[in-house]
Amino acid sequence: MKNKIQHSSIVTRWFAGIISNKKALAGSCIILFFVFIAIIGPFLIQSPTDFLGTPLSPPSFKHLFGTNGQGQDVFSQTISGARQTLFVGFSAGILVVLIGALIGGIAGYYGGQTDDILSLIINIFLVMPGLPLMVILASWLPPGPGTLLGVLVLTGWAWNARVIRSQMMTFRNRDFVSAAIISGEKNIRIIVVEIMPRMLSLLASSFIGASIYAIGAQVGLEFLGLGDISTVTWGTNLYWASNDLALLTESWWTFVPTGLSIAIVSFALTLINFGIDEVTNPRLISERLWRNKVPRNMITNGITPVLKKHE
Amino acid sequence: MSKSISYLIRRLGFYLVAAFAALTLNFIIPRMMPGDPASIIFARFRGKLKPEAIEAMRQSFGLTNDPLLVQYWSYLKGILGGNLGTSIAYFPEPVADIISSGLFWTIFLAGSSLIVAFSIGTLLGVFIAWNRTGRLDTLLPPTLAFLGAFPYFWLAMLSLYIFGFSLNWFPLGHAYGNEVTPGPNLSFILSVIYHATLPAFTMIFVSLGGWMLSMRNTMISTLGADYITFANAKGISSRLIMLRYAARNAILPNLTGFGMALGFILSGALLTEIIFSYPGQGYLLLQAVKSQDFPLMQGIFMTITFAVLAANWLVDIAILIFDPRTRK
Repeated sequence: MKNKIQHSSIVTRWFAGIISNKKALAGSCIILFFVFIAIIGPFLIQSPTDFLGTPLSPPSFKHLFGTNGQGQDVFSQTISGARQTLFVGFSAGILVVLIGALIGGIAGYYGGQTDDILSLIINIFLVMPGLPLMVILASWLPPGPGTLLGVLVLTGWAWNARVIRSQMMTFRNRDFVSAAIISGEKNIRIIVVEIMPRMLSLLASSFIGASIYAIGAQVGLEFLGLGDISTVTWGTNLYWASNDLALLTESWWTFVPTGLSIAIVSFALTLINFGIDEVTNPRLISERLWRNKVPRNMITNGITPVLKKHE
Repeated sequence: MSKSISYLIRRLGFYLVAAFAALTLNFIIPRMMPGDPASIIFARFRGKLKPEAIEAMRQSFGLTNDPLLVQYWSYLKGILGGNLGTSIAYFPEPVADIISSGLFWTIFLAGSSLIVAFSIGTLLGVFIAWNRTGRLDTLLPPTLAFLGAFPYFWLAMLSLYIFGFSLNWFPLGHAYGNEVTPGPNLSFILSVIYHATLPAFTMIFVSLGGWMLSMRNTMISTLGADYITFANAKGISSRLIMLRYAARNAILPNLTGFGMALGFILSGALLTEIIFSYPGQGYLLLQAVKSQDFPLMQGIFMTITFAVLAANWLVDIAILIFDPRTRK
């Protein structure tokens, strides 16, 4: 009973902390903005695939971000590209963390032969160089979002599994787990109820890290022409920009808006990760409390509060 | 000591199994695709392929009418004998020859950028974690995180555009100029360094932040450990604490990361090489994909995999030296 109270407070405190953290809040707002655009944006704009103006005309009131090499409106393309890119990116992020937590958690908790076998699988996937494997798989499979998602998850889950496994191993040797084992709790309960809540920040930051990876890798694959080049995504926008010789014709507007959007989304995700770290890392919390009370120049290096000797 | 050796042998065993799995995957992928792989490939060429090339591809894929296990066996025998098949795009050149020329450039470019980025990033991480009250720690991480958020190839394109096209400071591609003769002469070496500078710089630029942040974060937890407080209390000089007590322990996750980064960078170099037309593995791979040169694709995938496996084993050895706990 006492345990339960403690756990719910971990979770509530965690969410309250995220919202109160400036970096995490700013990141979340940006992400929500882009998700909102991805959902309703495509209904409000001109068709991104129609021929609307002189090819490669610079930004104007008629075409806010100018037109690309096929006379399509770059503003429309940037907005409607968000949908598939973000959908595939976040879906891959969720799948990667679920698979990583399942396999890494089991491997780290049980150890021994289970760990040997699972680690072997994790290692095999880790050492398969991701991008070449993605390129080869994507060149065999029919192009499309399903192929991208599958390829991203297949090449991305192992990293998370490894991180979660090593975190699980450190928890496995903590006293509270030993106590739970001695008091006769079941292994599944120990993993899900005792350990996982304490790994919440790791799981959340893994999800965010995996999404950043998935968005980047997906855009990269599509840039190489391995996606479905007839759909409008941020990756195919850049593929066409490069194909239409955007650099040689100095039409920067064909690739800058999309590149900036990707960068802002990734940066917002990174901000959330920073926020999670600041809120959940006990060392950073105690340090912040300590800093508020003690003048800056009196704090020694190192995190454990030790005052400098007066000389 | 003998325990360390048996640990290393066990790891070697792991990597051999992983290599075996990679070989098997390489065998399975073309056969898992819907339809018959041979007819897919042949259909894609629409009769443009010479009969010898088709025959060579059948041989290198083992795409005969034999049962799958027999095909697998002849495939393994071929690989172990160093026979990666014959390239289609560069017919009749053997895949192994093409790869060995590309591998040199990739290892040179990716390896040197990795080492520079790792050293500078790790040192910066130690430094800013140590001076956590300093201005650098509030400025550097967010700046580098923002730069790291841009898609790598996009930054590479932009820098090629600015420093290559507009300012004309760096060459637009290739590993060395036309005017030099390859060989151990000064003008060739200078030309190689000149051509590698911009691609290497973009790779260092985007990966620096990762090394720095991970080192900084581990270093922060390490600095909170009791033995650091104790060392402080004993009055050991802070330089010694920073390097010998804290950094030495905090570097372990970065070392593990180094092994994996080799994999990432060998594959990440793919985009660099494509954008800067640098004649390494990645550039070859894209050419192979474009010309549907499947033997070359598979050969490149396998070489990269083996290189990464070997690198990981070397990192295992390094960790054994640095972390006494693994020796138990």
